[in-house]
Amino acid sequence: MADAPQIPDEAETRARWGAFAWTPDNAKEAQRHIDKYPAGRQASAVMPLLDLAQRQVGAETDTQGWLPIPVIEYVAAQLDMPKMRVIEVVSFYTMYNMAPVGKFHIQVCGTTPCMLRGSDDVLAACYAKGMKKGATTPDGLFTLTEVECLGACANAPMVQINDDNYEDLTEASMASILDDLAAGRQPVIGSQIGRRTSEQVGGPSTLKDMKKENHDYRGEWA
Amino acid sequence: MPNVTVDGIPIAVPDGATVLQACELAGKEIPRFCYHERLSIAGNCRMCLVEVKPGPPKPQASCALPATEGQEIRTDTPMVKHAREGVMEFLLINHPLDCPICDQGGECDLQDQSIAYGRGHSRYDANKRAVTEKYMGPIVKTVMTRCIQCTRCIRFAEEVAGVEDIGALYRGEDMQITTYLEHAIQSELAGNVVDLCPVGALTSKPYAFEARPWELKKTLAIDVMDGVGSNIRLDSRGRQVLRVLPRINEDVNEEWAHDKTRHHVDGLVRRRLDKPFVRQGGKLVAASWDEAFAAIAKVARSAKGSVAAIAGDQVDCETMFAAKSLVKALGSDMLEGRQTGLAYDVSNLGAVNFNSTIAGVEDADAILLIGSNLRWEAPLINTRVRKAIKRGARVFGIGPEVDLTYAVEWFGNDASLIAKLPKAATDAFKDAKRPMVIVGGGALKLDGVQGAAMGLIKTLKLVSEGWNGFNVVHTSASRMGGLMLGFAQTGGIADIVAAKPRLAFFLGADEVDYSGFEGSFKVYIGHHGDAGAHAADVVLPGASYAEKHGTWVNTEGRVQYSDKAVFAPGDAREDWSILRALADACGVDVGFDSFDGLRAAMITAVPALGREGLAGYDFSAPKLDAKAQMKLGGEIAYPIADFYLTNAICRASPTMQRCSSEILHGDEMLEAAE
Repeated sequence: MADAPQIPDEAETRARWGAFAWTPDNAKEAQRHIDKYPAGRQASAVMPLLDLAQRQVGAETDTQGWLPIPVIEYVAAQLDMPKMRVIEVVSFYTMYNMAPVGKFHIQVCGTTPCMLRGSDDVLAACYAKGMKKGATTPDGLFTLTEVECLGACANAPMVQINDDNYEDLTEASMASILDDLAAGRQPVIGSQIGRRTSEQVGGPSTLKDMKKENHDYRGEWA
Repeated sequence: MPNVTVDGIPIAVPDGATVLQACELAGKEIPRFCYHERLSIAGNCRMCLVEVKPGPPKPQASCALPATEGQEIRTDTPMVKHAREGVMEFLLINHPLDCPICDQGGECDLQDQSIAYGRGHSRYDANKRAVTEKYMGPIVKTVMTRCIQCTRCIRFAEEVAGVEDIGALYRGEDMQITTYLEHAIQSELAGNVVDLCPVGALTSKPYAFEARPWELKKTLAIDVMDGVGSNIRLDSRGRQVLRVLPRINEDVNEEWAHDKTRHHVDGLVRRRLDKPFVRQGGKLVAASWDEAFAAIAKVARSAKGSVAAIAGDQVDCETMFAAKSLVKALGSDMLEGRQTGLAYDVSNLGAVNFNSTIAGVEDADAILLIGSNLRWEAPLINTRVRKAIKRGARVFGIGPEVDLTYAVEWFGNDASLIAKLPKAATDAFKDAKRPMVIVGGGALKLDGVQGAAMGLIKTLKLVSEGWNGFNVVHTSASRMGGLMLGFAQTGGIADIVAAKPRLAFFLGADEVDYSGFEGSFKVYIGHHGDAGAHAADVVLPGASYAEKHGTWVNTEGRVQYSDKAVFAPGDAREDWSILRALADACGVDVGFDSFDGLRAAMITAVPALGREGLAGYDFSAPKLDAKAQMKLGGEIAYPIADFYLTNAICRASPTMQRCSSEILHGDEMLEAAE
């Protein structure tokens, strides 16, 4: 647990976030999530509400947001859940941040396929920019986290930065993405080698005629 | 009734039984960590693997697998042995080898089962995971590196204690059991998680490093901290009781005990009265037994029958009977046990009894609490109410609103509501098959409440064939025994105060308002230097419940016997022998010379005390003065102001003091500097 989140001091957090309340838009959105479930089952809405709360905290602090204790308790109270049960959910999922993160939350996948395809190089690019695992850079821009499989193995190695995936990375392309982000430019989202989603690198090797049109192969069957 | 075979033994098991239960019925031991009879099934420790046909060709977790017709269960195959060894090896990957310094050592499920079902050695030499300690309050000590994540404590807190304070943070290998923000567990049942923990992760904080289980003498006793009469085991070494553990009694405490029961024991060796004292010139001065007896005998001779005896909350029937005999021999019948001034009618004992029985609470489908903070007055009846709610019961309350760990529909704090119940309650009770009313001491203190509550017997149809839902919950362990022995005046203790007795015996009575006895010569016979000893003219050191054999009657009228675990300290004697010697000093005859003789005389006088089990009072509601009902009204105040400090033993206990200040008063306790 060496890189476990260093949960900020409770008293300070309460002073800063004790008065947390939904913005009018988010209040409506929260109610929409709660209304999806039958009465008495409102606890089912805990995950979307926590996500919403994290985003609201992010908007207020111009970061990717996190879940301070008073905010967790606010959600618990709204859903009439024991506080312990909500904090269990928060701590279980890596998508909820228990400590503040920067403007860009860089989640590098380090699971086997990505590791074999060079996630170490991706991490090296991050380290070169002064990032450390589980920490935010002093300028508040980047937070680096190594995560388990994010489900884009065909495009390994990949990172998730905020809500977007950046795939088929190399140390150089990762460095340029980070430079772009730091400079306020929007890098290309998705594959960095120009392929669409997870289609084959270098174009198709079978069913080539399908590229131009919906080719009918049936006549060519032997 | 599915028929299964376990290791070739054909057996019929009840519907809904699991494979694990089927194996137990067949006499096969199944190792387990997460499974517990009284908690929900988690199925996460995997220790209970067995082979089951038909089914997939792999070991199955028997605790979570229902037994079905024609199953062929094997617990003795190489596959099962191998599976258990494998699970045990995984459990031990991260479990530290610190048994020599672990308080669970000697009574540890993991220790026992690794010897019985594990491999002889470990194949892992990688570093073990370490987990930081968690703070869980003054009762529970944590060494979380030892935790095997069975989640019994989480399930207990949620399901039985009703306090969702404990949970598991993070996931996978990083999973950690903790309380919310590491605050103390806000439950009076927290100590039970120590018993539930199959390893040494949660151990008893006050008992830390005190003793090993094999060096303790085990004595079967009855708890005196409240009126429930929990069955307990006193573990003692030498002259000191070191800990209290609950015994299983399905009718009384199941297998739980609350924190006061478990951790008052350090009070048994503090502030003890260990020699007689006589008041001279306004000060209590240490004296010999002869001097003390002489001082009492002088007053007794001139008292001419103006003698009274007041029993406290933790007095056994034998002591009360001995005192009764002495008072009678001195020519009086002024006896009272309700020391705080309660004066309800006791012409019918059934009408002041917990008639449905404690186990019967689970069957109730509508419950009305009248002036009872059940969570503090009888925590183990409160857990039964929780069970009744799980089965669909509705609970209503009259009195100040308190958190009873379940949903109560409160009507308000006004005793007159008893006579005119809101429609919500009358409707619920109309459909109820097993309606129940629980009247607490707080309500009985008010004039007319007893009569009004009696009225509910008819209007709510509390009594029917095979069911009596009229319950009174007493907070004192000696109450029902005292009432059976006649320790009650019509007007309560006020009658005795009005009679101005020349000589008054106080048997461990520390809650009495002593200002009413200023003219009396006060003799305190008890074990702790508390309010009673401060007010007394003569103090005679007696034995606590752990230091004498005794008969106890709990709030449902259950007669139970308790054994002597240790000897009383110093010059202190067993109470009956003090009273017997006092009779000699006063020159009167009480009719017994030995403890057995006393018990025989007591059983002759009250035969019900000679049979273990429910005393079985005849139930008939006494006709109470109609005028008393006219005065009905007013606010109810609960009798217990501080759960952890209700009697002299608790008040002498540092652990209970700490629980009180930390859990109830929220003071931050600073850890002592190392």
